[in-house]
Amino acid sequence: MKVLAIGLLLVAVLAAQVPYERIVAAEKEPGNWLTYSGNYQGHRYSPLSQLTPANVGGLKVRWAKQFTMGRTQVSPIVVDGIMYITAPNRAEALDLRSGNTLWKWERPIPRDYQSIGFGQVNRGPAILDDKLYVATLDCYLVALDAKTGQQRWAVKVEDYKPGYSMTLAPLAIKGKVIVGVSGGEAGIRGFVDAYDAATGKLAWRFYTIPGPGEPGHETWAGDSWKTGAGSSWVTGSYDAELNLVYWGIGNPGPDWNGDSRKGDNLYSCSFVALDGDTGKLKWHFQFTPHDTHDWDSTHVPVLLDAEVRGKKRKLVVNPNRNAFYYALDRVTGEFVAGREYAKQTWAKGLDDKGRPVPVPGMEPNAEGVLVWPALNGATVWFSPSYSPRTGLLYVMTRESGATYYKREAEYKPGTFFAGGGETRIPEREQWGALRALEATSGKKVWEFRLQSPPWAGVLSTAGGLVFSGTNEGNIFAVDAKTGQPLWDFQAGGMVAANPISFLVDGKQHVALAAERVLYVFGLP
Amino acid sequence: MWQLLVVAAFAQSAHDAVADVALGKRIFDSQCTVCHGQGGTGGRGPALTKPLLPKAPDDGALRKVIAMGLPPEMPGSWQLSVREVASVAGYVRSLGSVKPEPLPGDAGRGFALFKTTGCSGCHLVNGVGTAVGPDLSAIGARRNAAFLKRAMVEPSKDLPDGYLLVNLITAEGKVARGVVAAEDPFSIQIRYVSNGNYESFRKSGLKEIQRQPGESTMPAYGNLPAGQVDDLVAYLASLRGDSK
Ligand code: HEC
Ligand code: HEC
Repeated sequence: MKVLAIGLLLVAVLAAQVPYERIVAAEKEPGNWLTYSGNYQGHRYSPLSQLTPANVGGLKVRWAKQFTMGRTQVSPIVVDGIMYITAPNRAEALDLRSGNTLWKWERPIPRDYQSIGFGQVNRGPAILDDKLYVATLDCYLVALDAKTGQQRWAVKVEDYKPGYSMTLAPLAIKGKVIVGVSGGEAGIRGFVDAYDAATGKLAWRFYTIPGPGEPGHETWAGDSWKTGAGSSWVTGSYDAELNLVYWGIGNPGPDWNGDSRKGDNLYSCSFVALDGDTGKLKWHFQFTPHDTHDWDSTHVPVLLDAEVRGKKRKLVVNPNRNAFYYALDRVTGEFVAGREYAKQTWAKGLDDKGRPVPVPGMEPNAEGVLVWPALNGATVWFSPSYSPRTGLLYVMTRESGATYYKREAEYKPGTFFAGGGETRIPEREQWGALRALEATSGKKVWEFRLQSPPWAGVLSTAGGLVFSGTNEGNIFAVDAKTGQPLWDFQAGGMVAANPISFLVDGKQHVALAAERVLYVFGLP
Repeated sequence: MWQLLVVAAFAQSAHDAVADVALGKRIFDSQCTVCHGQGGTGGRGPALTKPLLPKAPDDGALRKVIAMGLPPEMPGSWQLSVREVASVAGYVRSLGSVKPEPLPGDAGRGFALFKTTGCSGCHLVNGVGTAVGPDLSAIGARRNAAFLKRAMVEPSKDLPDGYLLVNLITAEGKVARGVVAAEDPFSIQIRYVSNGNYESFRKSGLKEIQRQPGESTMPAYGNLPAGQVDDLVAYLASLRGDSK
């Protein structure tokens, strides 16, 4: 009888390894990193404060993990002494003390799979209860047993052959796992999907392009909506109280030729707020109407509460690929504030509703037109960080322009449907910066200048530090208040991943990948 | 399965396929410029305006790179027919070689001048000379004659990558002058022009970094008789490496 009781208790503990309640209250256990951005609000902020401006100079590599495929963009999950990482169609559990592999899972990539317009990467897993969730290149959502890596279920999200794919870390909320798709250069029709976390059954689908009869459909000329892209390839955020899922939507297709898709092309280049239970659209805000520069708004929406002009507001903020910073009311989608945070030449500014006032003649044409920012934008998929301590939003900013060309675009399933391209300005004229912006307005407070336009995400910590990495291979920390450099490490390859922080045996560590290696740093 | 079929078909008929460079350009413009830039000048992928493509040394390899891609970053173009692949390959090859132009100078006399005017004191050609400036063994395929002439007469215009001069002023007020070999936000490495030696500096220990984009260590040869400049240009234009 006693034995049985213990057995039951064990089962119960295992089954409820990471219940939803733990993720909602992530700030109560800063030693773990339970969801892609560290918390549902998309902050990528660690409440740990052991590492400070005074001691960060002593950080050393504790262990490293080598990836066999190309440059990794992974943002790991850390739970109770285990780190979970992913690579395309792969996942591994690592011992947090040693980095040794505890289990591995792999799903073959079909031989005819092709990634149209993006690298073959995976940005991380999600965890909920006793399962680890991985989105695959061939567009399956897979649930693994978190203890062993054995497969519980796999569901086909879409057919990869016409160009659907997944590279993102799923977002696990109460009872559901949410994913979005890549394929914006292949003429897909994008969507955000929620699956039942236990069974893998589709709970809801939100098409990012409204179909006939739905509001917004009129923003697409003719049949252009059918191949209008609107991908959804970066992990969203979640407001548990409002039960709203916030998601960034990609560019309309064909990317650089808007002739066939006259209109604003909703909900491309927008944030959408979706009901967590039904996927129904609560509101949308479009950053770049009728985009012709490939400025996806596939960003992590950053949720924060702050006073603006004397009024307490629930905000969602975003430094956008189009070089403008936005603060929106996250209950209604109303525009609260916005301004340019990087060089741009395509808009005169934002009107009082937040809609850009375009500069004429900045659309791509056959001869080419020089526009700032370049197609990878003032920032891209990598995460910004918000520190509630400083009230600042930290974002790795790209300063680069390009000559944009327009070409014919013919839709053939499973091929490029882009309608043009760009030629970047010479490398020596491009640069970058880690910028600290006032979170409510986007006003620049400081910047730390970089050699070239970066590809790394940012982590801020309660200890007053900001971590990130450079194209030249540096992993570094600066002072969160001033931007003064405090520590740097040459990792030997470009950093194109997001940093995280956690405890190992009670001591604060930071992890960030460079090229094919994930480094874990701590004080000796 | 699809890929297997495509590869089998590809192997069979790759050699028979006739390249249509105009068609190749159209496909390149819509499917490759995304990463390789307009005219293959580079972007997310490397510039293809080179006579020697390291990953695609011959036509067979080039067609294979286009059809199969270079995982993980470069996608394969399995959707293209064998003829289309051959056409894109033809277009890519045409980017790699600047067409030989009729030139006034005499390449033979230029070859002699290259030694007597001291060029080989700073440049390698097919392994012979001194490696201070860029290797010129295939310069004729990379640059056109107008560019080559300007490179001699006004060398500080259009510096190739990797030859930016800087003066580093240390905290103690010492000046170190050299070519930037490497740089990141925290450190800078320079190569001294005089002896080719390298030195590494932490930026926190520097008072100032004076970049000199308009300066070159190569002497300007504007005072050479025009005929000799033409002869040297003709010689340089004839240096085409292994490209056909
Ligand atoms: C998604 C971006 C992308 C697209 C689209 C793309 N490439 Fe590439 N390409 C790359 C990258 C990145 C490399 C370098 C890969 C490496 O070295 O491993 C590369 C390498 C190459 C090379 C080898 C270059 C060398 O230096 O040896 C050739 C040739 C090439 N690409 C041709 C093409 C052609 C032709 C197309 C269109 C059919 C194309 N690429 C489309 C990204 C791309
Ligand atoms: C003192 C060393 C020196 C001498 C002598 C010299 N060069 Fe140069 N050359 C350089 C350097 C360094 C560069 C790189 C660009 C720069 O700094 O101007 C260069 C660049 C060039 C280039 C451009 C290469 C490219 O990739 O664009 C050409 C062509 C060239 N040299 C030809 C010559 C010829 C011809 C002579 C003789 C008449 C000559 N050089 C003499 C140092 C030298």
